[in-house]
Amino acid sequence: MPKTLFEKVWDAHVVQAADDQSPATLYIDLHLVHEVTSPQAFTVLRERGLRVRRPDHTVATMDHSTPTTPRGADGTIPVTDAVARKQLEQLVANCREFGIPLFELGTANQGIVHVIGPEQGLTQPGMTIVCGDSHTSTHGAFGALAFGIGTSEVGHVLATQCLLQNKPKTCEIRVEGQLQPGVTAKDIILAIIAEIGVGGGTGYVLEYTGSAIRSLSMEERMTICNMSIEAGARAGLIAPDETTFEWLKGRPHAPKGAAWDQAVAEWRTLPSDPGATYDHTVVLDANTLAPMITYGTNPGMGMPITGRVPSPAAQADHSQRIALDKALQYMGLEPEQALLDHPIDVVFIGSCTNSRITDLRAAADILRGNQVAPGVRVLVVPGSQQVKAQAEAEGLDQVFTAAGAEWREAGCSMCIAMNGDQLQPGQYAVSTSNRNFEGRQGRGGRTFLASPLTAAATAIAGRIADVRELLGVAV
Amino acid sequence: MEPITTFAGRAVALPIENIDTDQIIPARFLKVTDKAGLGDALFSDWRANPEFILNQPHAAGAKILVAGHNFGCGSSREHAPWALLGFGFQAVVSTYFADIFRNNALKNGLLPIVVDAATLDQLISMCAEDPDTLLSVDLEQQLLLLPDGRRVPFPIDAFSKHCLIHGVDQLGYLQAQAAAIAAYEARHPDRVNTLAAGA
Ligand code: SF4
Repeated sequence: MPKTLFEKVWDAHVVQAADDQSPATLYIDLHLVHEVTSPQAFTVLRERGLRVRRPDHTVATMDHSTPTTPRGADGTIPVTDAVARKQLEQLVANCREFGIPLFELGTANQGIVHVIGPEQGLTQPGMTIVCGDSHTSTHGAFGALAFGIGTSEVGHVLATQCLLQNKPKTCEIRVEGQLQPGVTAKDIILAIIAEIGVGGGTGYVLEYTGSAIRSLSMEERMTICNMSIEAGARAGLIAPDETTFEWLKGRPHAPKGAAWDQAVAEWRTLPSDPGATYDHTVVLDANTLAPMITYGTNPGMGMPITGRVPSPAAQADHSQRIALDKALQYMGLEPEQALLDHPIDVVFIGSCTNSRITDLRAAADILRGNQVAPGVRVLVVPGSQQVKAQAEAEGLDQVFTAAGAEWREAGCSMCIAMNGDQLQPGQYAVSTSNRNFEGRQGRGGRTFLASPLTAAATAIAGRIADVRELLGVAV
Repeated sequence: MEPITTFAGRAVALPIENIDTDQIIPARFLKVTDKAGLGDALFSDWRANPEFILNQPHAAGAKILVAGHNFGCGSSREHAPWALLGFGFQAVVSTYFADIFRNNALKNGLLPIVVDAATLDQLISMCAEDPDTLLSVDLEQQLLLLPDGRRVPFPIDAFSKHCLIHGVDQLGYLQAQAAAIAAYEARHPDRVNTLAAGA
């Protein structure tokens, strides 16, 4: 029977099949660990006298609560928040005790967990990958089955390298056509979530297919898979192809020599077979997509940048009406209002959605030779130390600082606002991150999600801007 | 984990759809290394408003939270069910739950109870009319018992139900599969070695 990519990866990892009484036991190839969701899991191991079964399938980094402020005279990044410091020290202690490799704060390979996995070549097609973090869906861009888990499950994987899983359903999201100038992968995924809603993917693994997806770079594919969770999906997948192999080749943990050829041969068997069926299909036309922006307090509340905020009164469903009304109140927006030219206090370029080198290049291309509007704070936060080094080698840091933006150390930063990088109550931000929930970027802060291009154009204007005007594209 | 079979308690309604984990517990409370005290941080930003439902006297001691559609979307933070349990909730009722939240809840003995939209609407009105609305849950029978005598069935997967009723720990269940896991590892070459030199 023809199989989908998801079914192939799933079937290859079943340790014990599901039956009427219990879910399947799934083997996990790679377990990514960070400081925030792991401490209580290590505590459970210690309480029960357990070891980590496969430290060689596990890797840890520091990202969520780490400062992105400049290094001290000794070259280290000072952690002034005592609670965060304790959490980071706990991760160091846990990794030492259990023999897990750790990318410590400020060291050459440290960065956001979903940036470093691919960067190191640890993320490979056909794998199962988990992390105590919902954006683990990012790694699906390589054709790996990757999903977020809770801390109890982090403990399960540490102790047994396995997880109990109920098999999700599959949904194909087919995106055909070609993106217009100024429209990016971020706009594709924001359009998808606006279409299916923040609960639309619940219970499903999404597989993104179609000519528009095939033509995307790996970084762009990661942006798309990253936000699968924002539609509620268990995971997002894109079939591996030449773009994938090209990107992975030569990375530190990618197979070498004959092992590489063998791996590629195996990876070529992964794409969904002709005739394989999905439980559901959604089709999107890339040709007609515009830059997207969110207006509300979940990522599904998005629209083309030239659009108008919807009216609660026009919603069919009572609870949608309440939710939209509440969102607009929080955002300080009126029904039918246009967002173009809405004033902005902060622009955040970063997060595991859009902090890779290509994102920074795209933002720098817009900012080069321009100035950030007076009174606007712009933070550019590379996703990893590797991205930071690469950007500096290309002089992008100079472009950002010359324009008046802040160039920071690597980490999650204002995406989750745990490390001191945060909005003040009432401030408006255009952010390249993935969540515009109430208070996500700081208590009372108000977030518009958009692409790096839109963020950079907005930084210059000081108001929400349509990058297509800067690019001289007819709208 | 303590076995769960039946319980009864006051219900409070929070009729907002898509309540996300950042509302349930904002990220600034995630810098902890244990689970203690998280109940105080539950819905912290919303609780800053004195009118908020959980600040009302009848919310103290409530055991069942009746929420709008799609509860628990967003992050994988298990701090969300820990905070709900810490506050005293033993169940959340909604029309559906985000996958990771549901998994996390079940592993901690917090029951995600799925009902249809009409039932949810009725529960919300009941709680609005009578702040002392008492609901009970019979997990064995998979029933939510309403004050008017109605018995509303709810779904739960057989495995989670078994674990909750018998207080079975899922880690222990996985550990018991050690032989099958070892056999799997023997059949499949490692796909990656994070400890490999030269990386
Ligand atoms: S960048 Fe944001 S979404 Fe990504 S892992 Fe960090 S906190 Fe989570």
